[in-house]
Amino acid sequence: MATLTLDNVRKSFGATDVIHGVDIDVQDGEFIVIVGPSGCGKSTLLRMVAGLEGITSGEIRIDEKRVNEAEPMERNIAMVFQNYALYPHMSVFDNMAYGLKIAKTPKDEIAARVAVAAKLLQLEPYLQRKPRELSGGQRQRVAMGRAIVRKPAVFLFDEPLSNLDAKLRVQMRLEIKQLQRELGVTSLYVTHDQVEAMTLADRMIVMNAGVADQIGKPLEVYENPQTEFVAGFIGSPATNFMPAGSIGVNVGKTVGIRPEHIKLTDSPTRLQARVAYCEALGAETLVHLRLPHGQLITVRQGGHLPLPSEGTDLWLGWDDAAMMVFGEDGKRI
Amino acid sequence: MEKRVIFKGWMLPALLLLPQIVITAIFFFYPAGQAIWQSMFVPDPFGLKTQFVGLGNFEYLLGDPYYRASFVTTAIFSGLVTVVSMGVALYLAILADRLIKGSGTYRTLLIWPYAVAPAVAGVLWMFMFNTRVGVVAWYLGLLGYDWNHVLNEAEAMGLVVVASSWGRISYNFLFFLAGLQAIPRSVIEAAAIDGAKFWTRFRTIVWPLLSPTTFFLLVVNVVYAFFETFGVIHTITAGGPQQATTILVYKVYSDGFVGQDLGSSAAQSVILLVLVGLLTVIQFKFIERRVHY
Repeated sequence: MATLTLDNVRKSFGATDVIHGVDIDVQDGEFIVIVGPSGCGKSTLLRMVAGLEGITSGEIRIDEKRVNEAEPMERNIAMVFQNYALYPHMSVFDNMAYGLKIAKTPKDEIAARVAVAAKLLQLEPYLQRKPRELSGGQRQRVAMGRAIVRKPAVFLFDEPLSNLDAKLRVQMRLEIKQLQRELGVTSLYVTHDQVEAMTLADRMIVMNAGVADQIGKPLEVYENPQTEFVAGFIGSPATNFMPAGSIGVNVGKTVGIRPEHIKLTDSPTRLQARVAYCEALGAETLVHLRLPHGQLITVRQGGHLPLPSEGTDLWLGWDDAAMMVFGEDGKRI
Repeated sequence: MEKRVIFKGWMLPALLLLPQIVITAIFFFYPAGQAIWQSMFVPDPFGLKTQFVGLGNFEYLLGDPYYRASFVTTAIFSGLVTVVSMGVALYLAILADRLIKGSGTYRTLLIWPYAVAPAVAGVLWMFMFNTRVGVVAWYLGLLGYDWNHVLNEAEAMGLVVVASSWGRISYNFLFFLAGLQAIPRSVIEAAAIDGAKFWTRFRTIVWPLLSPTTFFLLVVNVVYAFFETFGVIHTITAGGPQQATTILVYKVYSDGFVGQDLGSSAAQSVILLVLVGLLTVIQFKFIERRVHY
């Protein structure tokens, strides 16, 4: 149980800055998800917390204790890696017991702790197997078990689900969430998948090119994005962006409107567009329309509505409240 | 995934195998057969005629104290060469593995000695340690150490071991480096987070994961020390002083071509053949079981 603080943390590789001053205050027991596209520096940030990368400037504190210079082992953290990073030559039991053995924990306590973790993760039948004899989901659980048995102050997850197939990913996502609730351990979770971010996070951090663009509760971030990047990155299908002038808005540069906030009508409203193609997903339908100057606009509507046929001209309408206006610098106005 | 090609007839596969079979037959089976045949004869002192003696050559060899001493010498020599060349190579590979800048240059420089032929390497080392003109011997002299591998048996053994290991380090280094780099970074990092310091990580993670490479190199290096070090020994010590560096292969040569006892020489070859066969079988049977995966 611990708090985690990042205070103006920066990282440069030679002359290249990859992290431009990140500030985060993580409360005890909070589940924080860092989400962003590839190369935004989110994994680097996590590895800096873990102690696997140096910190160029700023300070990282675990439980208000500066850990910048501390070795990974001294930080009392546990990390779950994307490729699980299990020790291939050790049994599941030994994989989980490794850290405890090094810490010279008494044998019976090791056995007891591993047994508890194995029960929690339904790994009991596999304790004597080698990692290569396990499925992807089971390996993932072993990696989690290895983190749990050490009773760390902070869990770090580095895209732990991205090597699993879609169905397993949904299942493991739920399990991770439940596990974290049950154990109440402060967690930092890195992912590029916004669905994982939305579903897992108590608060999420959207990162863009080494900067934390926005920090907040998932729904807050979704409903009220502070930058153009966040508005475009969070939400699927992505927000439609239009030049402010083209739709009669006098301030700012760009206006973003989420696909579900646009209504299609036959009678004239704001803009006219031609239906390019439709994607009927069952519960909902994505209608892609082309504006006269060529830009594609996506509209999300209920699956019960009749499918507009391709090539018909329709009107796009929305409430003023649905418009998110962004300035030259990409910031929300 | 292994891909297998299935041929319809037997002609094409036979044709494809032919070059390898011909080479093996001419350069391996034929000389081996010759050696076995010759090992049952004793030539007269002038090499004019030979006399069939059956297993007499073998009987004589096994009772010969010089031959038995050569066994011990070979064991010491190949043991040392293997340990030295693999130990140094592993150490250098660990350093190179941690290197980020300039690793290409470092690697290239380390690989160079492998391109030097054993006999040339032998001459190089012989000149460096030459008791009269050798640079190293001269500096050792300044330090008050009287280097003389021509007389001192231990120094002679040390020199041929170093000279034989030197070129071999490159080869072993390459394999160790590849082996180290095949270990996923994240596994090492996971161990670091689990609290393992460098040495513990090496002992519990790196070394076991490296064991297939180590095992392979062990076999290859022992065979190398047995057979391919002839050039080094011939140029540096010629088996001396007092036969202190006469390993089995060198004895095959000196008894056969210097001593003109072709029968005994052939018998020694046959013994070597059997020995290396056994060694390989033993290594694969017993050591492989301890290889982790």
